[in-house]
Amino acid sequence: MKTPASFFKTFFLTELFVGLWVTLRQFVFRPNVTIQYPEEKTPQSPRYRGLHAQRRYANGQERCIACKLCEAVCPALAITIESDVAADGTRRTTRYDIDLFKCIYCGFCEEACPVDAIVETRIHEYHMENRGENIMTKDKLLAIGDRYEAMIAADKAADARYK
Amino acid sequence: MSGLPDFAASLLSFLPDWAQAIVWYGVVALILFISVILTMAFLTLAERRVIGSIQARIGPNRVGWNGIGQPFADVLKLLVKEVIVPSSSSKFLFVLAPLLALIPALCTWAVMPLWPGFTVADINAGLLYILALTSAGVYGVILAGWAANSKYAFLGAMRAAAQMVAYEIAMGFALVGVVMAAGSLNLGEIIDAQRGGFFSYFFWWLLPLFVVYFVSGVAETNRAPFDVVEGESEIVAGFHVEYSGMAFAVFFVAEYVNMILISALTAVFFFGGWLSPFEGYPFPSWLAWLAAPHFIWFFLKISFFLFCFLWFRATFPRYRYDQIMRLGWKVFIPVTLVWIFVEGLFWIYKIGPWAVA
Repeated sequence: MKTPASFFKTFFLTELFVGLWVTLRQFVFRPNVTIQYPEEKTPQSPRYRGLHAQRRYANGQERCIACKLCEAVCPALAITIESDVAADGTRRTTRYDIDLFKCIYCGFCEEACPVDAIVETRIHEYHMENRGENIMTKDKLLAIGDRYEAMIAADKAADARYK
Repeated sequence: MSGLPDFAASLLSFLPDWAQAIVWYGVVALILFISVILTMAFLTLAERRVIGSIQARIGPNRVGWNGIGQPFADVLKLLVKEVIVPSSSSKFLFVLAPLLALIPALCTWAVMPLWPGFTVADINAGLLYILALTSAGVYGVILAGWAANSKYAFLGAMRAAAQMVAYEIAMGFALVGVVMAAGSLNLGEIIDAQRGGFFSYFFWWLLPLFVVYFVSGVAETNRAPFDVVEGESEIVAGFHVEYSGMAFAVFFVAEYVNMILISALTAVFFFGGWLSPFEGYPFPSWLAWLAAPHFIWFFLKISFFLFCFLWFRATFPRYRYDQIMRLGWKVFIPVTLVWIFVEGLFWIYKIGPWAVA
């Protein structure tokens, strides 16, 4: 049974006008939220977990000591390490591969590393063009580390007090 | 020569009389055609930008300044795509249908009073001509659905037929009210009958008819929320599901030209066409142009109603099919009939627009 009030509502389309006001309010008063990606970017945290890198000490010596903690902690089994004694008698990796297709970017390798050798950078715009490029070899990881050392160091420093 | 303005007659005086008229009206028709098509092109862009903004996003803004080239990019893309004619279709009708949808929509502009004193064809029964042509547009949709020999297209065509017939009646009755108020079927005279500023426009006294007319217009053009004819979630794309490339584009053009047409007609019938809403107000002489009738007023009114089309589409969910039929037959037609009766009482007792002597 329709009450007079509901009849009034139906006849004068009040609900429709309420809806029209909602959309008009958005159109006139409220800003668009679109970020136009290549030109504009959303803010990134220094903790962002993107592409991996291996770091060196300031004297150019590579940090990694082949302890294999990262390989052990990796939940996706994406890391493969082989090690040997280097010419200077230190323990070094002869092979350090990360399969980016297996990696889930959890950051456990970085947390497990006792010498801060393996890190995840804030780089997230990268691509592969051929089969096999998804395997990040030791050389590639070190190259990334060398190239972005300043950025990596700044990010780690920004996050250091929370660790 | 009959009907030609003086400057045109002197410009074309080297031609024989019969050729003058052909050349003059050919040029006028071509200019009108190009203007309407360009308006339609930018209406598609406006639609995407407006609906984008209502949904808190930007919409296409990459082609040219603020996306101004987007319509042309779209046309180019559709032009180079193949027009597929299904092997089981009725080929002649399949090709004919898009033209049948577009041509009546464009022809209607011939009787539109564009600015004071100018109508391409100033015929006395202009309103009947418009009713006849907008009804003819339904054939394009129905033939498209039937000729494609596809179940979805056929279902869309069935829905289109039922819906357009239902709303055509309500629309016709609403226009009967306008004719009663204006006392003429000529569109220019209907505008003249609304002289005297914003408060002498017909929509004040014919408010129910205005609402019925505009909502029926939305339904006639198969726009949301009445777009069950092409309801994507139910019957893929409805009547034009088998069309591709430019054949599809022609249906698209027809839909948007019809939108512009309905907006223009609403402006003419209920909002005084090219009349200024400030007519009759005492303006100082440097503001006198505000009160003068001009094409710009017509343009602004059309723009407002076109915005309403987009606004409705962004706001309302699609009607269920049986609800559309109920609204058309059980609400709109009785409302118009009642209001025509009320108008008759106005006329007998001389109130409203009939108050004069």
